[in-house]
Amino acid sequence: MTDELPRTDAAADAVGETQSAASEPLLRIEGVAKTFGTFRAVGGVSLDIKAGEFFALLGPSGCGKTTLLRMLAGFEAPDEGRILLGGKDIAQALPHERPINMMFQNYALFPHLSVRDNIAFGLKRAGMVRADIATRVAEMVALVKLEGLEKRKPDQLSGGQRQRVALARALARRPQLLLLDEPLAALDKKLRESTQGELMELQRRLGMTFIIVTHDQEEAMTMASRIGVMRDGKLAQVASPRELYEAPRSRWIAEFVGDINLFDGESKLRDGHRLVIGTRDAGALVVAEPREPVGAGKFSVAIRPEKVKLSRRGPVSEAGHETAINRLDGVVADICYLGGTTTYKVKLDTGGMIQASVANSARLDVDAYSLDQHVVAWFTPDDCVVLPS
Amino acid sequence: MRKVSRLSRFNVASLALGLAFLYLPILILVIYSFNASRLVTVWGGWSLRWYHEFFGDRAMIEAAWMSLRVAVSSATIATLLGTLAAVALSRGEQFHGRTLFSGMLYAPLVMPEVIAGLSLLLLFVALNAERGFWTVTIAHTTLTMCFVAVVVQSRLGSLDRSLEEAAMDLGCNPVRAFLSVTLPLIAPAIVAGWMLAFTLSLDDLVIASFTTGPGSATLPIRIYSEVRLGVKPEINAICTLVIALIAVVIVIASLASKLSSSRGESAAPL
Amino acid sequence: MSARRIFARPARFAAIAPYVWMLLFFLVPFGFVLKISLSQTAIAQPPYEPVFDLTAGWGALKAAFAALSVDNFRLLVSDDIYVFAYVRSLTVAVTATALLLLIGYPVAYGMARLPTRWQAVAMVLVIVPFWTSFLIRIYAWINILQHDGLLNQILLALHLVSQPVVWLSTDSAMYIGIVYSYLPFMILPLYATLAKMEPVLEEAASDLGAPPWQVFWLVTFPLSLPGVGAGVLLCFIPIVGEFVIPDLLAGSNSLMIGQTLWLEFFTNKDWPVASAAAIVLLVVLLVPLLLYERLQKRQLEQGR
Repeated sequence: MTDELPRTDAAADAVGETQSAASEPLLRIEGVAKTFGTFRAVGGVSLDIKAGEFFALLGPSGCGKTTLLRMLAGFEAPDEGRILLGGKDIAQALPHERPINMMFQNYALFPHLSVRDNIAFGLKRAGMVRADIATRVAEMVALVKLEGLEKRKPDQLSGGQRQRVALARALARRPQLLLLDEPLAALDKKLRESTQGELMELQRRLGMTFIIVTHDQEEAMTMASRIGVMRDGKLAQVASPRELYEAPRSRWIAEFVGDINLFDGESKLRDGHRLVIGTRDAGALVVAEPREPVGAGKFSVAIRPEKVKLSRRGPVSEAGHETAINRLDGVVADICYLGGTTTYKVKLDTGGMIQASVANSARLDVDAYSLDQHVVAWFTPDDCVVLPS
Repeated sequence: MRKVSRLSRFNVASLALGLAFLYLPILILVIYSFNASRLVTVWGGWSLRWYHEFFGDRAMIEAAWMSLRVAVSSATIATLLGTLAAVALSRGEQFHGRTLFSGMLYAPLVMPEVIAGLSLLLLFVALNAERGFWTVTIAHTTLTMCFVAVVVQSRLGSLDRSLEEAAMDLGCNPVRAFLSVTLPLIAPAIVAGWMLAFTLSLDDLVIASFTTGPGSATLPIRIYSEVRLGVKPEINAICTLVIALIAVVIVIASLASKLSSSRGESAAPL
Repeated sequence: MSARRIFARPARFAAIAPYVWMLLFFLVPFGFVLKISLSQTAIAQPPYEPVFDLTAGWGALKAAFAALSVDNFRLLVSDDIYVFAYVRSLTVAVTATALLLLIGYPVAYGMARLPTRWQAVAMVLVIVPFWTSFLIRIYAWINILQHDGLLNQILLALHLVSQPVVWLSTDSAMYIGIVYSYLPFMILPLYATLAKMEPVLEEAASDLGAPPWQVFWLVTFPLSLPGVGAGVLLCFIPIVGEFVIPDLLAGSNSLMIGQTLWLEFFTNKDWPVASAAAIVLLVVLLVPLLLYERLQKRQLEQGR
């Protein structure tokens, strides 16, 4: 069956060379902008997407990610800029003229057609002969594991089944690019997690290029090989999930992706590769100098809660470089038990508040801290990120 | 279960009374059409006498035939035009005179019929058109297409637009997307619009009175002139027949719309 | 939005045929009404002097303009018959609309409180009488209201009255007829808004200490106002111009404007006066008509 899997020629050629930097991007977005009335929904976005990528557009609602996706699908025409697919500008092409298919947020299954006819819909439009359509539909039904439900109407399917039909329908035409608009938003948490896995597996197997729009950062992190974070119609950062999390480019991204502790302050002195930043809420913090050297001025020091360690007496010596360790004294002000981890909020003696996320590695609560207990929160300079304020 | 408890005794009573008020008069009329007695108020046993009388009344039969022809043709034209208007209003972009267009479409829904009837008659006189079947048909089409437009437009409005987008995404040009996705989904509304237009036309007295010519009276015109002279059992019989006809139309149309929504599909359990 | 525009390009062309039709058979005729309302009565066929004759050239056209007369309108204002007819039409419409609201609201409210499955049934039950002929429904009431009709028979049998009451040719009969004919038009828009309303809102109000009548008056009723507006306009406007019901059920000593217009037109063959009456009626109804249009537009074009 795997041999017969649908894959576009472009995708098939590209699978092997995805990693090579020299390869032409499958999709190139150049300075694309779109204004509705006076609202600039997308303001000059440029982005390259290589064949075989699983790319996620992540952002809060209203950030323009859906508009950008709809411009790729052809439902909106950009006011400015070009959209090149395989080197050809398709910015003004109509949706049915593009080798791109979309999986709609609410699936948009045709309620008057059966599962089979929904999947066959795009194939018929492509002028495929009857026998080929039947083969392809059967292939698709098998691919999304919907055997036996071909004759059902959409309203006789569960949410998960509908999602699969929508996926099969969009894949049936073997598009060069598959767009997924919040594809899992309508599913409950458990189903969403298993479907994430299936989507990734499918994408790898087919070697296709997926662009997914989501507001759920966990979803984006789990599935995508690269994430573009959008804010106010612009791409705020394009990076791998890891880079996005560990090296956010701005304060806003740091706060948007995951939880973070932020301390505002000014740089005081430089000590080799270390920078000392005086913060109001946490005193002087020693941080590693960022890759791009920064001058004097206002900065925020950002530390992820799981990088903050807690202990009763302070860092133990085996941590190695005691001299550079930031240690902050405080009392436990709030405890939030989450199962796998516990989040402690520590009220610092210097006035601020810091969050520490501690793995519950032991079943019994011998390591746990209690409310009002005095603790030391500590972290290394390398765990901090310095962000312009 | 919780919903049932929201229903107070007052709610039930007002519902029952309201429905009784709506149905009793018609029920009484139907029952009395089978009355053997000439006196409309005295029950003289069951009889089909007045139906015989109606079928012997040439003028009445002719009027009924005229009404049927007008109703079928005007409803058909009105459905076509009304559907086009609804599509233009709910899917078309801003076009020149859109406000005027929607204004002209919504006004006849409430406009007193005497005004519409008079104005159309004056037009026909000015055009020197021979009044009869066609003038009444045109008049009824003008009125009923507005109702069709509203019915179809509200269905179009509730239709998920991403369905049309999905069709285009899957390779349909806009016209094709409309024909293969939108049209089947609004078909029940179109059928309902036709039915509405048909019954409105069959029902109309005022506009038909203005726009018809001598010798081509519609059924309501005949009934009206009889009713003005007092109650006649024959009228009860005719009215019952009209009610029966409309009931049949409703049943056929609702069956047709059910059929069309499951057309071409192997039936799955509901 | 261009998404709509892709679809909208062809959709726009759909407007052409109905647009031309409505221009020709709805808008243009008003021009004729206006024109004839300004011309003189003549005993001929058609029974008016044509004011314009475009074939006669510019000079004739100027003469025609000079000959335009507002006599018909002057007549309408000066003759008590017409003034009374307008006043009566408005009074009847206001009274009947109030009655309809009073009767229709509880029914619509009851419908909206039914379990969902029964709501559809109730809706069909309300709509079906609307499908049966209007004239037939009035006729049904003549059956019931006549001298020896069912109503009097029941009243006599119950000894509520000692001799038959005269119902026909009275205002009571007319109001019964109007309420009966227009009830679905009042119920349906009311039901539509009431059914859309979240029952949680009423529960929240009573949870916050409002007794039932306050729940209704402070929450339910204000929220149903759009439906009330639609129902009121949907009934009021056509009732003002109603002809059949007053003609068949009310007495002939005071006429509504629809009847007057009909009389002038068919009996007196005075087309110019009838046209002028129609113009005045249209002007009287202009504000409610515009209100109704706005409501209708908002309702049908939400989400545009």
